[in-house]
Amino acid sequence: MSTLSLPQTSYIRDNSRTFIDWLKSWLLTVDHKRIAILYLLAINFFFLLGGLAATLVRVELITPQGDLMSSDVYNRAFTLHGVIMVFFFLIPSIPAVLGNFLVPLMIGARDLAFPRLNLLSWYLYMIGGIFALIAAVFGGVDTGWTFYTPFSSTYSNSNVVMTITGAFIMGFSSILTGLNFIVTIHKMRAPGLTWFRLPLFIWANYATSIIQILATPVLGIALLLVVVERLWGVGIYDPALGGDPLLFQHLFWFYSHPAVYIMILPAMGVISELISTFSRKRIFGYEFIAFSSIAIAILGFLVWGHHMFVSSQSVYAGLIFSFITMLVAIPSAIKVFNWTATLYKGSISYRTPMLYALGFIGLFVIGGLTGIFLGVTAVDLHVTDTYFVVAHFHYVMVGGTIMAYLGGIHFWWPKMTGRMYNEIWGSIAALIIFVGFNMTFFPQFILGYLGMPRRYHVYPPEFQILHVMSTAGASILAIGFIVPLIYLGISLWKGRIAGDNPWGATGLEWKTSSPPPTHNFDKTPIVTEEAYAYPPEAAERDAAAWRPGSPL
Amino acid sequence: MRDFPLFPDQASTFANQVDQLYFFLVALSLIFAGVLPFVILYLIVRYHRSQKVDRSNPVDSNLKLELTWTLIPLALVMLVFFWGAFLYVQMRTPPARTLDVYVIGKQWMWHVQHPNGKRENNELHVPIGQPVKLIMTSQDVIHSFYIPAFRIKQDVLPGRYTIMWFEATKPGEYHLFCAEYCGTEHSLMIGRVVALPLADYERWLATPGPVVLPDGTVDTGQPVVAPTIGDPMAAAGARLFTSLGCLGCHAMAGGGVGPSLQGLYGATEKLADGSTVVADENYLRESILNPNAKVVAGYAAVMPSYQGQVTEDQLNQLIAYIKSLADTGN
Repeated sequence: MSTLSLPQTSYIRDNSRTFIDWLKSWLLTVDHKRIAILYLLAINFFFLLGGLAATLVRVELITPQGDLMSSDVYNRAFTLHGVIMVFFFLIPSIPAVLGNFLVPLMIGARDLAFPRLNLLSWYLYMIGGIFALIAAVFGGVDTGWTFYTPFSSTYSNSNVVMTITGAFIMGFSSILTGLNFIVTIHKMRAPGLTWFRLPLFIWANYATSIIQILATPVLGIALLLVVVERLWGVGIYDPALGGDPLLFQHLFWFYSHPAVYIMILPAMGVISELISTFSRKRIFGYEFIAFSSIAIAILGFLVWGHHMFVSSQSVYAGLIFSFITMLVAIPSAIKVFNWTATLYKGSISYRTPMLYALGFIGLFVIGGLTGIFLGVTAVDLHVTDTYFVVAHFHYVMVGGTIMAYLGGIHFWWPKMTGRMYNEIWGSIAALIIFVGFNMTFFPQFILGYLGMPRRYHVYPPEFQILHVMSTAGASILAIGFIVPLIYLGISLWKGRIAGDNPWGATGLEWKTSSPPPTHNFDKTPIVTEEAYAYPPEAAERDAAAWRPGSPL
Repeated sequence: MRDFPLFPDQASTFANQVDQLYFFLVALSLIFAGVLPFVILYLIVRYHRSQKVDRSNPVDSNLKLELTWTLIPLALVMLVFFWGAFLYVQMRTPPARTLDVYVIGKQWMWHVQHPNGKRENNELHVPIGQPVKLIMTSQDVIHSFYIPAFRIKQDVLPGRYTIMWFEATKPGEYHLFCAEYCGTEHSLMIGRVVALPLADYERWLATPGPVVLPDGTVDTGQPVVAPTIGDPMAAAGARLFTSLGCLGCHAMAGGGVGPSLQGLYGATEKLADGSTVVADENYLRESILNPNAKVVAGYAAVMPSYQGQVTEDQLNQLIAYIKSLADTGN
């Protein structure tokens, strides 16, 4: 293993002689690593598009009057932001990019169990995305990402059917990826890699896959029925046709609440990897973190009604959903405490991925705690459907999922590309994102408790100052997202050669070359130890080796 | 209203109770979100790789610690759950004696009718110190009736009534918002709630004024009869009851094809299938629009549906009338 040049053979290099051959070698690949790269490009494209829509929304909200765009355009902008970010960025982000790349590597397998199915998943994702884009280009959709009936099924005059078709098709991509992961994790672990030797990232993706398989079909059915009612007037949701408008909310949240865990569980898996590596220490309470993932996945199915406390759902149902919601807080708290305890007596370095991991903890704690506010029925009556909710779920989804996604991308970047990015710019971007994020979303908690409803194009003037603060923060946040694109892009050509294991991390993915060969491992690895098998003196040795001038 | 408020007005009996729970949650959050970052900060500085500190015998599991940080948060969330639950049940259970006001939501306005027949748009006048019950429905999509200063919100659905109640405590003007996204002009579906001392409220009730009806026609403000003389909403309902021919079967003295409606509202009815149902607004509504869904024991399912024959506005009046029969029955 030379650190002077990239390996002669890797999954990125190929012998295509023409451009068409090269293109085919990517678009028809069944290599999980190449598919991960395809996802990476597509998902980041959708992230930028969703970000553009968010920019329109935040700029409009600088003034209380609706002066930049009409109400219809505003409604289409926030719907585009929500649909793209939820269905085409957050849900696939970590599983489809990092999971695809890492699940086989981490368990010592040659590929996923069904490589062709994996490629089909990517095409389904792209077809779904194209439907959503066509819908946006030809007039957009104005229902909000929640598609509440009967507004979506009867009243909206926008491209509801086209958008729903996109989300419906994308759902199959998600189901197939989940299926692929479950079979792979069950059947293709390297010899000696027992369940309790698995990295926590694998546990998290396993829990996520269960949700993807069990919940996504319900969303598919719920959305399909909206289309049926819209096109053929079959009374399912619209009371004027004999339907029940609340039925949609039940079906929708039966998927969309677990979907939040589809977004956050893999993020938690990433954080476990980062914290352990950059503390040079075994993770604290491995079993507790592993089982808390499963507990979150199971409890997550039983709390959907907490989105419906004011919907006219019965008081008793509300109390039960509130009670179970309180229980979900516990496994999340367990994870946070275990991560914190991992730091104790570690040898901690402030590398970029670690900064994202620490940022994740800070933001996720706020996101999680404000979730309790919303889960407590009496407080929810006041703050639901206000900016308090908007702030809460952005703390979980942006503060949680995106921080972990970026942390993971930085951490495994040398493995994916064979090159290191610029560490200084990496740290700067991480700090900009952390500061910008808090400036954007913290004022929204105050706005929400004041009673500012969400999805308002025009708003009472006394809310303006907080909105201006939020938009100012959003511009900082936007810079924070653009900077990594630049230095990560540059690193592809100029980056230092990383070597197999630049972080000195444990885990099978670091035992193969960077970037790995197409078949991942020259010899099937045999596992004889647990994940995070840092010897007891690892932290001491790492600290002893530190000299002024070594990386922080 | 100040230019830059950081905390909303407290103007109902709920407001202070909800705020106390909210502040308790904020305090709890500060303990976690305020202390935990400092613990993390301490650990990442003290155990930074450049620091020469004791790192011998690292620990990677400890059952006692795990139980501690499982059980303490569990106890705390249970505490806030029960606190919130009791308050929630109270906020969702209207007292027996309330001032009933009928609200119709539609894209994109609120229409309100008071029992004496007085109507208003995008405004709601209420007396202070009196429990007020809103009986709400929507003509189109889902809306949500939200008064931040009262800390209360309830979705308004088409095809059924939803109920919300509150007791205003402080005279003043407060925001009224639609909180459930309802289409193009969702953010213009706003108005004001005017809380008045009882005497002012009664004076306001008796003052006629032009009002746009939910179907778009203008009510130029016929003189409103004072509440002491009659009850125009119920009276309008009584006229409808006759003109729709309801009286043919629902004879007040009983013995008709359908049951008498005297004293029905609020009573528990025995149904043909053996179950029972409390005759609330939603039951009355369903029995008019979809009469065979719940048939009273001892009667045949022969009543025709009035779906499409009465407007939401007329339905409210019919229900106000049937409710007034319960009062006279006592």
